[in-house]
Amino acid sequence: MPISLPVVQSAPAPKGRAFARSAPDPAEDIREKVFELEAKGEWIVPRVPEPWVPVTTKYGRTKKIPLQHTWHHKSCGQCGHIPGYSTSIFWLHRKLGLDYNDPRDQTSCTAWNYYASATSNSAAQAAVAVRNFAAAHETGYFPQIHCGTSYGHYKEVREELVRHPELRAQVRDIMGKLGKPLVMPEEIVHYSEWVYAVRDRIAARQVHDFTGVTVTVHPACHYYKLVQEDAIYDPDVYGGQRTAVVSAVAQALGAKVADYSTWFDCCGFGFRHILVQRDFTRSFAVQRKIETPDVTLTHDTGCVTTLDKSQFAAQAHDKKVGIPVMSEAQFAALAMGAHPYRVCQLHWHSAEYRPLLEKMGIDWREAWREFEDDCERIKKGEKHFLTWEDVDA
Amino acid sequence: MALPQLDKYAHVPWEEKERLFEEVTADPRFADYLYGCYECGICVATCPSARFYDFSPRRIAQALAREDVALVYEQIQDDIWECSQCFSCLRCPRKNNPGGLVTIMREVAVRHGLASAKQALEGYSRIIYKIMSTGTQVSPDMIRPEAFPDWGPSAKETGDNLDVWRKAMPPETMHTTSMSWDVADKTLTELYLIWHMTGVMDMIKAVDEGLHMILVDVMEEKLEEAGYPLS
Repeated sequence: MPISLPVVQSAPAPKGRAFARSAPDPAEDIREKVFELEAKGEWIVPRVPEPWVPVTTKYGRTKKIPLQHTWHHKSCGQCGHIPGYSTSIFWLHRKLGLDYNDPRDQTSCTAWNYYASATSNSAAQAAVAVRNFAAAHETGYFPQIHCGTSYGHYKEVREELVRHPELRAQVRDIMGKLGKPLVMPEEIVHYSEWVYAVRDRIAARQVHDFTGVTVTVHPACHYYKLVQEDAIYDPDVYGGQRTAVVSAVAQALGAKVADYSTWFDCCGFGFRHILVQRDFTRSFAVQRKIETPDVTLTHDTGCVTTLDKSQFAAQAHDKKVGIPVMSEAQFAALAMGAHPYRVCQLHWHSAEYRPLLEKMGIDWREAWREFEDDCERIKKGEKHFLTWEDVDA
Repeated sequence: MALPQLDKYAHVPWEEKERLFEEVTADPRFADYLYGCYECGICVATCPSARFYDFSPRRIAQALAREDVALVYEQIQDDIWECSQCFSCLRCPRKNNPGGLVTIMREVAVRHGLASAKQALEGYSRIIYKIMSTGTQVSPDMIRPEAFPDWGPSAKETGDNLDVWRKAMPPETMHTTSMSWDVADKTLTELYLIWHMTGVMDMIKAVDEGLHMILVDVMEEKLEEAGYPLS
C-alpha cells in the first residue's frame, strides 16, 4: 500500500529566467571596459607608474606591476595580528630603494566583515573601495594591496561597477558628497605580485643560503579563485597549472618547493569561523595534509593566521605541531638579512619557528637579545618607538 | 509512526518566503552569479564547509535555478551561515558563483532581521563594532588568552607585552593597540558617512539594536564635529 507522504507546497514553474551559455574562457578583459568608461568621462583611471614589470596572467594577458611609487593599502589582519607581514613588505621596498607611501587616509576594505556577516551591501563595499582609491589618487601614488581578500574583493567591486551603471551612479553620488571623484586604477595589484616581480632583485641581495630549506606553498583562495583571470601564472612554475606567485619567489631564493595533494583547498579561515566558530577552522586547517616541510609559505592574512594558530588543538589527535607559517615577504626579508624580530616580528607567530631560523643560519638568540634590549629602552622611556633607522643600524 | 516533516518551515506564510526569494533574485548581481547547473558536484568537492557541515553549494545553485521558494527559504534559515566564503566553488564549469549567491542570501537574512542571522552573528557583534567604528577589523588588543585559548602559548605572551611590542616596530602607522593602524579622523568621518548613506546602519539595526545604538553614539560626535549632524 503506498505511503501517503505530505505534499510540500510546490514551487511555481521558473518564470522569465532564460539560462544562456556563459562566455567561453578566457573571459573578457575587464580593463578594456574600465578604459571605455574613462573615455566616456565616467571615472578617473590612474595609470600604473613607470617603471613597471610586465607579468603574465592566467589566460596569457600582460599585467603591469608597478615597481615603486606605490600607496600601501594595508591589511587589518596583518597589521593587527601578524605585523611582521606588513613590516617586511615595507622593509623590502626600503632595501631595494623603491619609493612607497604608508597612508593614514586608508580604511580596511571591510570585506572580512562582509564575508563573515553580510552586514553591508554592494554600494557600501564599492564606496569603501573607491574612497580608498580616491585617497591614493590624491597622493599621486598607485595602490599596492596587501591583503588577498581586499585584492579579490576590489576586483569583484570593479566588475560590479563596470557591469551596473546604477551602482556606478549611486557610488559616484556618494563620492560627490565626500568631495571625491570616482576613481578606478588601471590595474589592481597585490603585494605578492610585486614580490614576484622583484624576486630576482631579492635573490641578488640574498645573504642566507636557503638550499637546505623545504617549503610548501599555500596559494590564497581570494588571490586566484576570485576573478581568477587576473592572477599571475608562469609556465616555469608548476607548468603554468597553478598560480606562480610565492612559489617562484621560494624557487628564486634556492629553497626546495615541495608539492602536496590538497594544495587547492581553502585554509579553513571562513571569516566568521576563525573568530567565533573555530572548531571548523581548526579541523579543516589541520586536515589539509601539508606534509612536514621546514616552513609553509602563503600570501594572505587569513591563511597565515589560520595555518599558524590552528595547529595547537591538533595535539589532542597526535598530529605534528610546530610547522612555522609565514608570508613569502617575511621569508624573502629573512633571505636578505632582515632582523627576525625588529623587521619580521616573528614573536607574534605561534608555531615554533626557531629551528627554521637555525637552518637558515640566523642566530635567533642574539637577535632576541637585541630585541629585548629595544623593548627595555622603550619601557624605560629612553625610546618612544623603534624606528627604521634603528632597524638599519 | 510520525512521518518526517518535509517542510520544517511550513508554518511560515508562503508570501513571506516568496518575498525573500524575490529579493534574492532581484539583486543586480544575481544574473552574474547563476547560469544553471550541470550537477557535476565540482563545487561540493572543493567546498570546505561541505566536508564539515550539512551544506552543499550545489543545492544552493539548484534551489535558486529551480525557483524552489520553500527550499530557498529553508536554506536562508539553516544553511547559508555555514559557507566559509572562500569561493573555491568558483571552479564551477558553468561559471556559477554559489558563494556569491550565499552572500546575497545572507544580506537578505540580515535586512529582514531573521532569527537565523541574529543567531549566527551572536558573539560576532564586537567584530562588527570594531570594523564599523575604527575602519579596521582586528586590533592587536583582541589577542588575549581567554579569547583565543587554542592559539597556543604565544597568545598570553603577546597580551602581556602588547603595548611595548606595538611600539617596537618601525612603521609609524602601526604603533596602535585598539586599531590595526592609525586611521585619520577625516577618513573615519568619510567611512561613517558611507555606512549611513548606503543603508548599512539600517541593516545593523535589523539584527542588533543594541549594537546600532552604540555605533550611532560613537559616530555622532565625529560626524557633528565634521559638520554632519545625524539628526
